[in-house]
Amino acid sequence: MKKIITLFALSLLSLKSIYAQTKISGKVTDQKKITIPGANIFVKDSYDGASTSPDGSFSFVANDTGEVTLVTSFIGYETIEKKIKLNGKEVTYNPVLKEAFNELKVVTISAGTIEASDEKRTTVLKPLDIVTTAGGLGDINGALKTLPGAQQVGESAELFVRGGTGAETKTIIDGMVVNNPFYSANPDIASRGRFSPFIFKGTVFSTGGYSAQYGQAMSSVLALETNDLPDRTSSTVALSTVGVGVGHNHLWKEKQMSAGFDLNYTNLTPYFSLVKQAPDYTLSPQFSGGSLNFRKKTSPSGIIKFYGYFNLSNFGFKTQSIDSTNGYKNLFELGNTNIYTNLTYKERLGEKWLLNIGASYSTNLDKINLSFDTIRSQSDLSQGRIVISRGIGKLSIIRFGGEYQYSFDGFNIKGVGHNYFSNSNYFFKSNTNVYDNYSAEFIEADIFLSRSLVLRLGGRGEYSTLMNKYVVAPRSSVSYKLGESSTLSIAYGQFYQKPERTFLLSPQIPGYNKATHYIANIQRVDDYHTLRLEVYYKQYDNLTLYEADSTRSNLGHGYAQGLDLFWRDKKTLKGVDYWVSYTYLDTKRLYLYYPKEVTPPFAATHTATLVFKKFFEKLNLSTGFTYSYASGRPYNDPNNTEFMANRTIDYNTLGLNCAYLRQIKKCFAVLAFAVTNVIGNDQVFGYRYSYDLQRSQAITPPAKRFFFVGLFLSFGQDRSKEVINNNN
Amino acid sequence: MKKIITLIALTSLFNIADAQNKKYIETMEKNIAILDTTRDANVLQNQANTFERIGNAEKKEWLPLYYAAYCYVNMTYSTKGNTIDTYCDKAETFIKKADSISPNNSEIFTIKAQIASARISVNPMTRGQKYGTEAGEIREQAKKLDPTNPRPYYLEGTAFFYTPPMFGGGKDKAKPSFEKAKSLYEAFKPASSIAPHWGAKSNEYFLQKCDEK
Repeated sequence: MKKIITLFALSLLSLKSIYAQTKISGKVTDQKKITIPGANIFVKDSYDGASTSPDGSFSFVANDTGEVTLVTSFIGYETIEKKIKLNGKEVTYNPVLKEAFNELKVVTISAGTIEASDEKRTTVLKPLDIVTTAGGLGDINGALKTLPGAQQVGESAELFVRGGTGAETKTIIDGMVVNNPFYSANPDIASRGRFSPFIFKGTVFSTGGYSAQYGQAMSSVLALETNDLPDRTSSTVALSTVGVGVGHNHLWKEKQMSAGFDLNYTNLTPYFSLVKQAPDYTLSPQFSGGSLNFRKKTSPSGIIKFYGYFNLSNFGFKTQSIDSTNGYKNLFELGNTNIYTNLTYKERLGEKWLLNIGASYSTNLDKINLSFDTIRSQSDLSQGRIVISRGIGKLSIIRFGGEYQYSFDGFNIKGVGHNYFSNSNYFFKSNTNVYDNYSAEFIEADIFLSRSLVLRLGGRGEYSTLMNKYVVAPRSSVSYKLGESSTLSIAYGQFYQKPERTFLLSPQIPGYNKATHYIANIQRVDDYHTLRLEVYYKQYDNLTLYEADSTRSNLGHGYAQGLDLFWRDKKTLKGVDYWVSYTYLDTKRLYLYYPKEVTPPFAATHTATLVFKKFFEKLNLSTGFTYSYASGRPYNDPNNTEFMANRTIDYNTLGLNCAYLRQIKKCFAVLAFAVTNVIGNDQVFGYRYSYDLQRSQAITPPAKRFFFVGLFLSFGQDRSKEVINNNN
Repeated sequence: MKKIITLIALTSLFNIADAQNKKYIETMEKNIAILDTTRDANVLQNQANTFERIGNAEKKEWLPLYYAAYCYVNMTYSTKGNTIDTYCDKAETFIKKADSISPNNSEIFTIKAQIASARISVNPMTRGQKYGTEAGEIREQAKKLDPTNPRPYYLEGTAFFYTPPMFGGGKDKAKPSFEKAKSLYEAFKPASSIAPHWGAKSNEYFLQKCDEK
């Protein structure tokens, strides 16, 4: 009997469960009412649920009764939960999903900034692009000159940005200023950067409107970030037509620490004996140097990094003196010693705080022998920096910090001088030492009013004992995301800079120079294309000016305005990646010895570059070319009554490179070939005039072309595991 | 009488537990069968959802999470660019959970290696070195944890297969891995009807491709 009762009870129970099945249906949409197919909707802790159909609808039967939690989730959206009561009565539920945090969906500040990074998913360039750009010869600045805003100033390695001089661009490594980023050279021959592009994981090239974190740069900031720990232990050997190099990087087993070094020696004697150079070299350029690096993870989020390099270089040559009628040649000999060190520490403090501390010391000594003068020029820089950031909410962040720089500049000259105004020579001997204590503090907040709208407000206070003045530079920018991939940005900022080093050594030191930037930018970036258009106006005030009595003031002024255009396409042509830059620049300034506001010699009205890269997979060959054009630049012919009214011929150059890649056992080999100015276009950077104004001499490159052949071997990097996995 | 009641009560309890387990196995079997026949991203998305639901209900089981991750990593092959990372991130959250339920599991390490490899295709030129090395290291761990598991060898084969010869890849380099995988597949007996068993067919396909001129 009892058995029957039990059975009955059990069947009743099962009947009840049949009775309690509840149908749940509805539609899943996002906040813009767009339906979401493939979303997952289910009763928590049960099997019951469904995926939404292509029209976003779903329907399923839940077996539970009573209060349950309904979960709705989809990739890229925030999961939502809702408590509902199930009692067999059909339930209609239309969940609305909110997009989850995704760096790609959040607006970034883009006015004035071109970034190369592997870590951020959408950037204009990748670090590898810097190495593989033809015409750049593996030099960071060589590659950056293909970007809009930069001028083609062939006689200098410096970056001349938007009507600014080379000195208005500052190079920064891990937050620390690099005083002499290029090999010392004579004024008319371009040199190279002192560091290898391979040691950086991120590059931010700012052509204006940059963050309050940076100061003492009126035109541009090139901020480089060194690599963290390497992927593995490796050794490298480099052999080329100009020199040799070796390096080793060791990664300890637990991947918590690494240390490395490299040594290189470059001697252009063999190359110059093959390829004739215009100057008569008394000593072919020789460079020897090396670098050291050390990285240690102090915690999952903390890392200490050291990076340092030293360089010794020598060269000397004679060129035809323009003032001599009997073939006298001017001598220029230079010996340089340079050391740069940089120590940084980064750590997260709790959930919200991030600490960055850094210290750096560098010294540069140039010994120059001219026909009549000998110069000994030294500059030392010690600096410390601290930046603290704190996240506010999900997106907003506030940053503040300070820096201190102690600099020494010594200039010792014995020889003959020339006065521009009286046009006469005089003998002199002088020894000038200048010290400066520079301190700055800044505060800046990135305030996200929504995912699509960010406001950056900040300011920077700077004091230099040499300038003996405290200045405050406000900075601000606004970026608005127009759609999936388009951003509109505007920026405004004031930028102060000490006068160039030469003027700091003069008896009357002119005050700060100042620039004010106004920038508007529209940018569209997807996985394969980048389109950028930027317009700007830059006001120059307090530029250094030679007064009639040959004292110096900062009463100069000027402006620069123009348009920068950039287009990159990795998709349209198969296996081809190309980019086009165009720069329109209208700039005038009253500065130095200029009698009136004119376009300076380092500014071309039109500049355009085409960079083209193609990879031939079957041939293991990577090739590329870069074509650069710049309209003629101004120069002053003293015979012309109008100052700075002449223009050089247009500048054209085609650079070519190719690299053959091959894996031989555990050795990865790259055989590289590069040549600049393939076509052999004539290039004139300006003219020099004799004192009597009777003769002129064109300033040209030391040789029409530069050829480079190099073999790079890398051991231990088992790049066989370098998978290009495209399983579709 | 009481005995009988207790017995009935006990058996019904067992029945419930057994039914629950049966329901788990059957649901898994049905859904894994779908995976064996498709690579369609929409189907994979639905399957990923289903495995996520099963995983939510069966908190002690690693396999539903494993299969959810498997679905997401396979979805990367039919998309491009940054979406690959999004899928990989999702796959990674599932495989991490699976790993915490069943640590040192060769099959879980296999999926981890597959995720690292998938990330390379976002940008092979810049990511090859980092994720290629990572994938290789995880594959080695997977081999060590279970030397009879053919899947790490199969993945190694595909990695070599899609790596250009100049970076030390190519068909010739890939073939020994596929051959090793083949011999392991032939000897391999899945631990249960729902244990991982994928890859044998694709391995055959790649072996043939290796012999093509």
